[in-house]
Amino acid sequence: MTSTLSIHNWFKKKQAEKEVLGRERLDIPGGLWVKCYKCGQALFSKDLESNLKVCPKCNYHFKLTSTERIAQLADEKSFKEINANIRSKDFLGFNDAKPYAKRIKDSITKAKLNDAIVTGLGKICDLPCALGIMDFSFMGGSMGSVVGEKVTRLIEEAIVKKCPVIIFSASGGARMQEGIMSLMQMAKTSAALGRLRENSLPFISVLTDPTTGGTTASFAMLGDINLAEPGALICFAGPRVIEQTIRQKLPPGFQRAEYLLDHGMIDCVINRKDLKETLVKILRWFNNVQR
Amino acid sequence: MSKDKKEKRNLLAIEKPLEDLYQKLEDLKKLAEAGKMELTEEVRQMEKRIEAKRKDLFTNLTPIQTVQIARHLYRPTTLDYIGYIFEDFVELHGDRNFSDDPALVSGLAKLAGRSVVVLGQQKGKSTKENIARNFGMANPEGYRKALRVMRIAERYGRPIISFIDTPGAYCGIGAEERGQAEAIAKNLREMAELTVPFISIVTGEGGSGGALGIGMGNRVLMLEFAIYSVISPEGCASILFRDAKRANDAAVAMKITAKDLLELGIIDDIIKEPAGAAHNNPEQAAVNIKNALINNLEPLLTLSHRELIADRYNKFRKMGIFEEG
Ligand SMILES: [Zn+2]
Repeated sequence: MTSTLSIHNWFKKKQAEKEVLGRERLDIPGGLWVKCYKCGQALFSKDLESNLKVCPKCNYHFKLTSTERIAQLADEKSFKEINANIRSKDFLGFNDAKPYAKRIKDSITKAKLNDAIVTGLGKICDLPCALGIMDFSFMGGSMGSVVGEKVTRLIEEAIVKKCPVIIFSASGGARMQEGIMSLMQMAKTSAALGRLRENSLPFISVLTDPTTGGTTASFAMLGDINLAEPGALICFAGPRVIEQTIRQKLPPGFQRAEYLLDHGMIDCVINRKDLKETLVKILRWFNNVQR
Repeated sequence: MSKDKKEKRNLLAIEKPLEDLYQKLEDLKKLAEAGKMELTEEVRQMEKRIEAKRKDLFTNLTPIQTVQIARHLYRPTTLDYIGYIFEDFVELHGDRNFSDDPALVSGLAKLAGRSVVVLGQQKGKSTKENIARNFGMANPEGYRKALRVMRIAERYGRPIISFIDTPGAYCGIGAEERGQAEAIAKNLREMAELTVPFISIVTGEGGSGGALGIGMGNRVLMLEFAIYSVISPEGCASILFRDAKRANDAAVAMKITAKDLLELGIIDDIIKEPAGAAHNNPEQAAVNIKNALINNLEPLLTLSHRELIADRYNKFRKMGIFEEG
């Protein structure tokens, strides 16, 4: 009995490893053909792009870069980036497999971004808003001083401009290379959202795959409205950490967007094709614009 | 009180060199008791030597040794400190929503005659107690209870004092289902807007979001041998260094001691611990905490609601190190 179980577990583990590998490789479709990580369907990359990077067969939502997200949502040429030139600093002289200073430099080159979030002012169907889009391709979307500062400045800018804030989160949590300073970004961003609320300005949080750790436990969960993309992993502690802690199998669909919807943590799970329309409805509700 | 025996039992790993000296002290005392010799002076000398040696041992601790002290089973807990520092404590239970979380205690109390609300994570003093207290790892209902009592303090204009001592917020199925992330996030936003003076003290382990979830005081103080970090040194070692045994390297790299955090501007002050750390003399540790509380509370009591909120906002707003331009 035990041996069968362990073989079963071994296969499961192998499968999981494959999935993780496959996912990393395929989420950045470079070639002509892309294989869906979830259903294995071979997809013509042009078709995948035109379908907003959602698998037509199984509805798997591929990760988007910040550029792709802005292109899908904001009115053409309406997005003006702010605070683009804030960059991370290796103030602890942190060196794990690679010195953090080098890691920052390499990530900037690789992701073609200065850090894990792009912020700015833009319009969606002519409705002005302050937009923050996290980018998982930069150090797993981890939140260090830069992400915390840019989110906070975005919120402060929205208070000045009197417009709503929309943040798309995609984050592996706190950036450990910045030690406690990364933890404090949770306090900073949440406090800023308190000010936004005092000013009666809405915050719409869109949680995308994956949103975890300190990002979830701060601004991402504080939306007046919390939306999520289908299948997105949304959690405080990652599934592996929990499994190690409780030594127990996790329930099916655990920590996925639909599971959080069932447990009352988010308002709606929205398909990417309906996201823009839903955001517009919500923004109009807050604006009280007569149609 | 059989002080020697108790102290011997309480020796930490880093105090191993004291074992010998304690043995000698005991021998001396036995001899003296047997009435064979007049040894009062020798006993006093030996006690002096022990204290000098102890002081020496605690002067240049490595970060991981500090971690061991901060986590030690003998370290005074939140309820110990509440007992020493406050009068008329009435414990308040429950989040009025789901349940009562024994890993986080809270209540009404008087600090030098002044009404305050106190709260903090509660660890156990034995394995059995620790299981009952979930090792001081609160569930969402713990954070929601904390917010509930903070609101009571706010409603009646009473200061809030939080004691931080947790490995972290609990990681479990129920915790996730009931919104651990939401509970902590909400506390962060609400703590920022409290209209009453708020002081947080890291007394033992300041474990990540679980610590911060009750830790947004106008003043954040730390006991000399407490730690505060975004992830445990072991966790950091296994994730970033891919070797859990490199916890000491991780502890050094992350800067988690009171001294480091004062330099980084994360905490406002360090509260001295008695010789041989808080567990060696909990009463004295409590006196030091009480004095620090009274001193730090004093200037906050003169601030208006608006000023208190601004003071807290500016404190956390400044945190972050980056390059611009
Ligand atoms: Zn598919």
